[in-house]
Amino acid sequence: MNGRGQIILGIVIVAAALAAPLVFPDFRAQIAMLWVMVLFALTWDILGGQTGYNTFGNILFFGTGMYAAAVFQRDGGFDYFPGLFIGMGLGALISVALAAILGSMILRMRGHYFAIATLGLGIAAGEIASGWDYIGAGSGMSPPLFPGAPGISYIFFGYLFFGLALITFLLLAWVYRTRFGLALNAIRDNEDKAEAMGLKTDTYKIAAWMLAALFLGLCGGAAGNMLGFIDPRDTAFAGATFGVWMVLMAILGGKGTLWGPVLGAFVFHVTQEILWTHLLGWQRVALGLIIVGIVVFFPQGILGWARTRWPERFGHRVETS
Amino acid sequence: MTDQLVITGVSKRFGGIVANESISLSVPQGSITGMIGPNGSGKTTLFNSIVGHHPVDGGSITFEGREITRLRVPQIARLGMIRTFQQTRIFGKMTCMQNMAISDADHGYGLMALLKPVSGETRDRSEALLEFCGLHSKRHLLAGDLSFGQQKLLEFAMALMIRPRMLLLDEPTAGINPTLINGLIERLIRVNQDLGITLFVIEHNMRVIMNMAENIHCLAYGKLLASGAPDDIRNDQRVIDAYLGGH
Repeated sequence: MNGRGQIILGIVIVAAALAAPLVFPDFRAQIAMLWVMVLFALTWDILGGQTGYNTFGNILFFGTGMYAAAVFQRDGGFDYFPGLFIGMGLGALISVALAAILGSMILRMRGHYFAIATLGLGIAAGEIASGWDYIGAGSGMSPPLFPGAPGISYIFFGYLFFGLALITFLLLAWVYRTRFGLALNAIRDNEDKAEAMGLKTDTYKIAAWMLAALFLGLCGGAAGNMLGFIDPRDTAFAGATFGVWMVLMAILGGKGTLWGPVLGAFVFHVTQEILWTHLLGWQRVALGLIIVGIVVFFPQGILGWARTRWPERFGHRVETS
Repeated sequence: MTDQLVITGVSKRFGGIVANESISLSVPQGSITGMIGPNGSGKTTLFNSIVGHHPVDGGSITFEGREITRLRVPQIARLGMIRTFQQTRIFGKMTCMQNMAISDADHGYGLMALLKPVSGETRDRSEALLEFCGLHSKRHLLAGDLSFGQQKLLEFAMALMIRPRMLLLDEPTAGINPTLINGLIERLIRVNQDLGITLFVIEHNMRVIMNMAENIHCLAYGKLLASGAPDDIRNDQRVIDAYLGGH
C-alpha cells in the first residue's frame, strides 16, 4: 500500500470511528472494547512482532494501570475526571517503571526462555493481586461510578480509547520508520548479528517494552473504569483471555507490520462478538478452533500472507536501471 | 607498519578440549593478513575470542593499543573492528537498503540518535556501497530472498557501511561460485588499498589467500604452527605436513 492509499484509508477509519457510537447506539460497549483490542494488538506487536520477542506478560501492564488508577481514584480525593486522568498517568508511570526493571532482568533471555518467563509474570501478578488486601484481594475493586447517565460512559470511553489507539498508531507509524524501528527488526532477524554490528540491543529491547507498557498502562486505567469492576484474574491480569488475545490478534493480522495488528483486532473482535451471539455456550470451543486455525493456516497473518503473495505491491522488486 | 591488533598468549578451552593454546600473533595496520589451518584447528574460535564473543581463559588482546580482552561484542564493534560470519548473517526479513541503513554508524548508537528517519546521506552511501558490491538492482528485495553468494556480498557491504578500521572475514569465499570469487577478491583488495581497511581473513582457498595476503598465520591443533610471507608458508615443512599435504 502506498503512502496516499494509507492516508485515505486512515481518514476513512477515523471518520467511521467518530461516527460509529452515534450511528450504532446499541453497540457502544462493543465499539469501545474494539479500540481496547486495537491497543492490545498494537502494543503487543512492538516487542512480539517488530522485535521478535514473544511475550505473554504484557497483560501485567494493563492490570497494573487498572489497579493504580482505581487506587488513586479511591484515595486521591479528586473529582471523577481529574482523578481518572491523573490515575491513568500514574498507572502508566508505574507500568513503564516495571517494564524497565523487569526488562533489564528478563530481556537478556532469548526465544522460548523469554516467553516462559513473561508467562510467569502475568500469573504471578494475578496471584499477588488476589492476595493483597490494600487493593481488595480476591474480591476485587470497584472504581468510582461514572458521573452522568449510564449510557454516556460508553460514549466517553469509546472516544477515549479511540483517541489512545490513534495516538499509539501514529506514534508507532513514526517510530517504525526511524532507525530505532530498523534496529528492532534487526534484533528480530538476527540478534547476534545486530550485536556484532555494534547495536545496543538490550537498551532497544527495554525501550520497546517500556513504550508498550506506557500505552497499556493508560489503557488499563481507563478500562477498569469502563468495566466498572476489577477482578484480579478475570479483568486486570486476565492472561488466559486478554493476554492470549493480544498475541492472537497481532498474529492474525500479520505481526511485524503496522496495519496488521489493527486488522487482526477488527477481525478477531467482530468474529468473537458474532460467536457470543450465535453460538452461546460453545463460544469458547469455537474460539479455540479459530486460534488453532490461525496458527496452522495463517502463521504469517493476513498481511504477511499478502506480502508473500504480492511482493511487488510492498515494494520488493528488482530494479533494472 | 605498526601492529593494529596484537594477540598475546591467548588460550581458550571448551571443557577438556583446548581450542586455542597460548596463541600470539599480530596484524599490522593496513595489511591483508591471512589465517589458515585444517578444520577444527581453532581459527574461528580465535576470531570469537578477538571480538569478545566469549571470554578467554588466558592471554591478552589489544586493538590500536587499547586493551580489549574483556570487552563484549558490541563494544568492540563500536571501536571499529567488525567481523563477518562463516555462515552468512544478514537481516533476512528486511530489504537490502534497510540492512544497510541500520549498519550506518555515523550517527551513533544512542536511543535519541536512532529515533530519526533514515537520512538522505545514509541512503546515498547505502546505494553507493550496494553498487560497489553489485547489488544495486536488488536493493529493494528482502535480504533473505537473495542467493547465498549475494548475501555474502551484502554482509560485506554492511560491514563497509560502518566505516570499520579492521575487518575480520571468516571464509569470505566459501560457498561462492568461482566467477563471483574473482569479483570478491578484487573488491577486498580495493577496500584495503583505497579505504585503508585492515583485513584479517580466514580462508581455505589457497589460491585466494596466497595471492591476497602479505603475511599468513597457520594454526593446527589449536596452536600457532607458523607465521610468515605466503612463499615461506607454502614451503614450510610443518605447514605442508599438517595442512597443505605433501603432493
